[in-house]
Amino acid sequence: MFEIRIHSRGGQGGVTAARLIALAAIRDGKYATAFPFYGAERRGAPVVSFVRIDDKPIRVYSQIRQPDMVIVLDTSVMETVDVLHGLKAGGTVFVNSAHPPDFKSVRSYHVDLTGIALRENLVVAGSPILNTPVLGALAKLKIITVSSAKTAIAEMFSDERNIKAAEAAYQEMVA
Amino acid sequence: MLTVSTGNKAVAMAVRQAKPAVVAAYPITPQTEIVESIADYVTAKELSTRYIAVESEHSAMAACIGASATGVRTFTATSSHGLLYMHEMTNFAAGARLPIVMANVNRSLGPGWNIWAEHTDAMQERDTGWLQVYVATVQEAYDATLMAFRIAEHNDVLLPVMINLDGFLLSHIMQPLDTTDPGDFIPPIHLPHAIDVSNPKGYGGLTGPEEHFKFKWDIERSMRDSVKVIEETQAEFSRRFGRKYGFTEDYWCEDADVVILSLGTFGKESEVAVDNLRREGIRAGSMRVRWFRPFPHLDLKGRDVVVLDRDYSFGFGGVLAKSIEAKNKVDIYSVIAGLGGQEVTYDDIAGFVKQRRMGEESWFGVSGNV
Amino acid sequence: MLKAAGPDSVLVVPACCTSVIQGIYPNTAMNIPVYNVAFATAAASASGMSAAFRAMGKKTNVICYAGDGGTLDIGIQALSGALERGTDFLYICYDNEAYGNTGMQRSGGTPLGARTTTTPGGKTDLKKDIDAIVAAHEPPYQATACAAYPQDLYKKVQKALSFRGPTFIHVLAPCPPGWRYPTEKSVEMGKLAVKSGMWILYEREYGKLTISAPSKAAIRKPVPLEEYLAPQGRFKGIDAKSLDTLKQRIEKNLKRFAAEEAGVC
Repeated sequence: MFEIRIHSRGGQGGVTAARLIALAAIRDGKYATAFPFYGAERRGAPVVSFVRIDDKPIRVYSQIRQPDMVIVLDTSVMETVDVLHGLKAGGTVFVNSAHPPDFKSVRSYHVDLTGIALRENLVVAGSPILNTPVLGALAKLKIITVSSAKTAIAEMFSDERNIKAAEAAYQEMVA
Repeated sequence: MLTVSTGNKAVAMAVRQAKPAVVAAYPITPQTEIVESIADYVTAKELSTRYIAVESEHSAMAACIGASATGVRTFTATSSHGLLYMHEMTNFAAGARLPIVMANVNRSLGPGWNIWAEHTDAMQERDTGWLQVYVATVQEAYDATLMAFRIAEHNDVLLPVMINLDGFLLSHIMQPLDTTDPGDFIPPIHLPHAIDVSNPKGYGGLTGPEEHFKFKWDIERSMRDSVKVIEETQAEFSRRFGRKYGFTEDYWCEDADVVILSLGTFGKESEVAVDNLRREGIRAGSMRVRWFRPFPHLDLKGRDVVVLDRDYSFGFGGVLAKSIEAKNKVDIYSVIAGLGGQEVTYDDIAGFVKQRRMGEESWFGVSGNV
Repeated sequence: MLKAAGPDSVLVVPACCTSVIQGIYPNTAMNIPVYNVAFATAAASASGMSAAFRAMGKKTNVICYAGDGGTLDIGIQALSGALERGTDFLYICYDNEAYGNTGMQRSGGTPLGARTTTTPGGKTDLKKDIDAIVAAHEPPYQATACAAYPQDLYKKVQKALSFRGPTFIHVLAPCPPGWRYPTEKSVEMGKLAVKSGMWILYEREYGKLTISAPSKAAIRKPVPLEEYLAPQGRFKGIDAKSLDTLKQRIEKNLKRFAAEEAGVC
């Protein structure tokens, strides 16, 4: 089972990102579940959401304690939250940033999802959309396939700029 | 068509397939997504249901009762305090023999406001004459909702059915969901005692002790008859759609020395605990109780029984544990866990099994408990 | 009243005196279906019933028939909800100004000064103005009536049923054992309630007020309140202050209604 924890702020689409990743994994023929941290969610507050992917039906409902991967959609949460908490040995971190994150002894990747969203004019209510481009980054890491990433995005969003943004993220992903 | 859905949305999609004539509902966390989704379907004209946005849960059930009495299909959804607020009317619905279907998203009760999973809300409805089924996956929430209409409306039943799903754990999780069109799986409703102006009758008027007693027996008789209807419905569902359901979901029970019994998502987490225990050489099994009313016959002889209760009857014990004890005369290790959404992992459940003290009760995470 | 409604009607009855007069199961004294519902739920049950009939394309009249306790007190939330939602139904409140079924306890409909088993010294609060509360929901039609004027009641029921949406009729129903007067005086009691101005008969169509004929006379010259109160045991020994308050309110109400009908505000 591959477990992902997503860090974002309330309103940034972390839950939708989890859903999209799960949907893409299902389109790959795998099993997946996605869920938010069940708290009183407030706009702007640091929040987490989770994805589980497996080849078998998933029967675990408790929270993810030791993720295989951490996704940080908003680096500002790192000021107050230890995003590496519980990360499995050999686990990976993906950060939405133009610059490589300063993590010691952790495999990390980054791409500027915010910049891509702004470039593609993917902005809703003043906020750049991060949850569709992040699928491009995950496809690059082979957690989901490129075609399922596109399928999942197309199923949930009709605006083609979402797929273009994901493609850009795939291209620009830096290890 | 395989998609991704929350438990709430799955219930709403099943309701869309069942096409009730009237839905009367009131919002409450964590159920709200169900009625919002139905309202969306109605607005988008995907569903020709009359959606009554009532001013309370008491009125939600009353409006379902009024509608159902005319012989049409009805649905509502609630949770926690909402369910308790309609308690007078849940009794009424069963007493009036109305096949209303309701989803209850299990949530704890205040005070100490808490919106997370607990079964105490539905347990307080156990004596009302409602059939109760507890589900554990998004797919099962969808399937059980479809089956609920067919079971409730069956002429040998004509009792309301409550589908229970764990708050947030199941209501808000996103899982794969196959939403195959149920076709004619749910036959058209025919209520033999529907209000008919051409044949005017009085309903629910003053009733003497003799007759009143018979009405109550009739509820129990139908409750017993429902066992066969549930079996037939689940068999037919499996035949048509390939997904099998029983009164319980048994996992590695055949040769088990110790069986974990639970309701809802606990049952799935327990299966993972069973896998891990078996790897350690402990012959464990999981029996997830799906139907709580009518209460099923359970084959537990000769094994240690560990019961997880996400509920409690103060001054008495865990409701599931006590029910099993009363019906099966077995020795039980009763674990009270998960109240108010307390996190319980498969490792915790494996721990309950390994440290079981038969005949005792334990409150998980409470120090100094007995 | 049932005659005015016709055979394509269903009566929805919460716990009240009418729960008892239908007869004991399996008999019923009514010639239309009667659905007995829980005390607080008349309007909510009717909401569901009306929606179901309309969903089936039926025009069946759904008529709630509830007492003052079931309307002004325990059922007011459901009533307010049903009115606000524009439910297509008629709600008739027959008001005997106390909980009659359980042996005359005070309700929101009990007038100031009246003795009930729970106000043995006379009620110290005013009667709740349910009609103003209903009016605030702006139903297409509402009216008051009195059992002593059956023709007026009959016409109002017929009229109410000609409207789509929620309609409301508040009927004063003198109650011999509860008000403590001889049964044969029931019609007289009802007429005195109107003539004294304690009870005003009127209709509101889309908000527009029309005072009914019997109350027009009362507005011109009401009979002294004492004539209405004196025969009733429940008002025996009413204190002077309460009596004065009742009189002042009658005067104010009659003036208010007359002014509203005349278009003077």
